[in-house]
Amino acid sequence: MPGDTARRTESIELDGSAGVVKARQLVRSLAQEAGLSLVDQTKLVTAASELARNTVVYGGGGRMEAEAAWSNGRSGVRLLFADEGPGIPDVELALTDGWTTGGGMGLGLSGARRLADEFDLDTGEGRGTRVTIVKWAR
Amino acid sequence: MTDRVPVLQIGDVLLVSIQVDLEDRTVLDLQDDLSKRIVDTGARGVVIDISALEIVDSFVGRMLATVAAISRVLGAETVVVGMRPAVAITLVELGLTLGGVRTALNLEAGLAALRRAVHTERPDRA
Ligand SMILES: Nc1ncnc2c1ncn2[C@@H]1O[C@H](COP(=O)(O)OP(=O)(O)O)[C@@H](O)[C@H]1O
Ligand SMILES: [Mg+2]
Repeated sequence: MPGDTARRTESIELDGSAGVVKARQLVRSLAQEAGLSLVDQTKLVTAASELARNTVVYGGGGRMEAEAAWSNGRSGVRLLFADEGPGIPDVELALTDGWTTGGGMGLGLSGARRLADEFDLDTGEGRGTRVTIVKWAR
Repeated sequence: MTDRVPVLQIGDVLLVSIQVDLEDRTVLDLQDDLSKRIVDTGARGVVIDISALEIVDSFVGRMLATVAAISRVLGAETVVVGMRPAVAITLVELGLTLGGVRTALNLEAGLAALRRAVHTERPDRA
């Protein structure tokens, strides 16, 4: 059935901390549907929480797009966090444990990269920020 | 109007049980509320039960570490109880070690740890 291959992407507005809570809840349910283990669900939801908060706090708001993913017979969850904010001038620095410009713990980006199976950061000064992560069921 | 997490007082211990997924604002309110209540009540111990929490990210982790540090300055010990195994595994990978935070497996063990801490550190008042 052609309809089966169409991927349903769900979008959450990240315009405040209530959006971060909603994002966590949506990611949890997608992670369960994808058959992720409890530990992997927890890792993905935690990474999503960090990235969603960054979108709100540093990106000036944006959105999360979430979808089920498949590859080589494995199922997973793909998440995109996108904002049109100031962007990140020095990606290397931003991915350093403990580095923060906002008085945080500086573990959101670097931690999310460790917690996810795939991590892509597309940003630059004045370009906004797009972070994509994927977590696969084992 | 944000919801606030209730802080219960039992003797000289303040007990907080986080039951729902909290917005960041509510997390900060809890940190402030606890600091005030320690001073107002002269509490010697604080127990934060996180057994219902499905995740602890760096924001909640920082709150736990901050409450532990503030309470120590105010003469009280904080114990975080009930962290789920999946949460603990994830925290370590996130890079948060919660070094200064005393933890216990459950409420009973947490209260026992508090009693021990208070007895060793403040024998005059124990
Ligand atoms: N979406 C974003 N837009 C602009 N800057 C960002 C964004 N996400 C992260 N950053 C920058 O990267 C730094 C590190 O982020 P993070 O690792 O989450 O730590 P923290 O949130 O504790 O500062 C932030 O302090 C900020 O300067
Ligand atoms: Mg962050």
